[in-house]
Amino acid sequence: MAERIIELRDITKSYGQVYALGGVNLSVDRGEVVGLIGDNGAGKSTLIKILSGVVRPTSGDILVRDKPVSGWSAARSRDAGIETVFQDRALAVQQTIVRNIFMGRELTGFMGWLKVNKEIEEASRLMREIGFTSKVFTPHSIVGQLSGGERQGVAIARAIYKQAELIILDEPTTALSLTETAKVFHFVRQVRASGRSILFIGHNIHHVFDIADRFVVLDRGKVALTADRSAVKSADELINFMEDVAHPGGLPGLREAGEAEQQAR
Amino acid sequence: MEPDLESPLRAHAGSARQEWKHPSDHWLRGFVLDNRASLGTLAVFIVMMAVFMVANPTVFTTWYLYSSVLTTLPVALFVVVPLVFVVTCGEIDLSFPATMGFASWVFALVVQAGYDPFLGIAAALVTGMLLGFLVGSLVVYGGLSSLIATLGMNFLLRGLIQIINEGKSMSLTSLSNSWAYKIFSSQVYGIPVQIFWAIAFVVLSAMLYNRHRFGAQVRVVGDNPDSAQQMGIDVKRVRVKVFVFVGIGAAIAGTFSVMINFTWWPTAGDGYLLPVLASVFVGGTPTWGGIGTVVGGAIGAVTVSFIQTGVVAAGLSGFYVQFFNGLIIILSLLGHKWNQARYR
Repeated sequence: MAERIIELRDITKSYGQVYALGGVNLSVDRGEVVGLIGDNGAGKSTLIKILSGVVRPTSGDILVRDKPVSGWSAARSRDAGIETVFQDRALAVQQTIVRNIFMGRELTGFMGWLKVNKEIEEASRLMREIGFTSKVFTPHSIVGQLSGGERQGVAIARAIYKQAELIILDEPTTALSLTETAKVFHFVRQVRASGRSILFIGHNIHHVFDIADRFVVLDRGKVALTADRSAVKSADELINFMEDVAHPGGLPGLREAGEAEQQAR
Repeated sequence: MEPDLESPLRAHAGSARQEWKHPSDHWLRGFVLDNRASLGTLAVFIVMMAVFMVANPTVFTTWYLYSSVLTTLPVALFVVVPLVFVVTCGEIDLSFPATMGFASWVFALVVQAGYDPFLGIAAALVTGMLLGFLVGSLVVYGGLSSLIATLGMNFLLRGLIQIINEGKSMSLTSLSNSWAYKIFSSQVYGIPVQIFWAIAFVVLSAMLYNRHRFGAQVRVVGDNPDSAQQMGIDVKRVRVKVFVFVGIGAAIAGTFSVMINFTWWPTAGDGYLLPVLASVFVGGTPTWGGIGTVVGGAIGAVTVSFIQTGVVAAGLSGFYVQFFNGLIIILSLLGHKWNQARYR
């Protein structure tokens, strides 16, 4: 059995009387892409914040490689190899790819002088590792000249440089075109092939369906469904399931409207 | 129908194994691309000098003119360069003239008291660092706008100097016999020595900017402070450091200006505020932070200090100086706007 990178057991988070999460179980194995789907307000962002240690859960256990961790914090999360890549605002767009990858962790030698050649070598290696190569750009290219999908690649390469075992991608394809989404998927598959894990969070069920090995559907602070890719026949089945969860008994006409909307995307 | 998501990637995956190359295959094109801001500034300078020389060739072939520029230019260079760091970091510092005055005052006091000028230089540097730290902490930890807070500090410190000295200057004739004078501001074959120190300072700072962790963090903080914070950079600390750097630069500049004139005035440094600021932006450092050029700033300082001498030497009356100052600033800004793309 694959190594379990992290496991959340019965995690709750309440803000006063309001429960953002009401008993969530979630686990990610090594080399696995888990797709986390949920509507706005389902508790996705709270869950990300708990995983990255920014927010402490009200109750529940967190296990790293099957060992319970007490005093969960941002530092503990980093030690466990968890890195979150936020959709935007994560990169300094006027700087080179190299400067972004080594942001805050510059490779320095004597008295803080940068090891310029070593940084380029290392950046090239990281970029090759996630299949992020092109004739058009080099580690010297300015990030602002890259497309949206390529920028995600820089952020993923940076996470890998930080020894990430589990990379959380928060809505990585939301604002991207089809070509750009394909690039991000390519990076994700390369990362999985290298034995690392990814938690892929998205609105667009079609996107998540295409890339994930396992789906976790979050609804109003609870896990409504955990299913392997093989157990789900199509994205539409997932969409239908989510609508059933959201509106038990069904609202006439809603399902058709929802499908039309998904098709339009 | 399910779109074929793989196909666009297959197209460029074939070439994926290639080794990296610089954006251009030719080193010269890469060099021009990487340094286009400072090269643009250099072009402005060359065109301006050409115009002056056409107007009056004889004056511009005499050494005296260059010698007088080389005497005063170094003082400006010592503050222009740290200001490039501050502007790159997304801040501004208008308090450096008062810091120049304050640090050189300490230098003058130490020398007047009969101590060695080297001790005076050390005291001035410490004063500059402390004042830079004070100004920086006020802006960063006090959460104040650097534009207004540093303007206030400029008035405040200058006011302190004026109150205590009651407008009186200090003459330091003993300086001319000292070792410090020989090393820092005498002449070698008619060339003022301070220009070599200034060039060394520019080169060291350019390396600090481009090839040191400090410069890398300054650029990243100016570009995207949120991201820098998230990646574990102590953003506030970096911001305070750039103000301390300006303090050090201003202390050196102030000390040099006293050593050139053998006199300290309570107004020392005041005249540098606007020319130095203009030099930073003429040099091609944009106002929005994240990028900048130290060498460009230095060339900008050369340009600005040649305007005054050049206008007069070209046979125009002194009334033209301000007009040409403004013209060069505006033309440079237009040039840089066309030359640089802003990425978001």
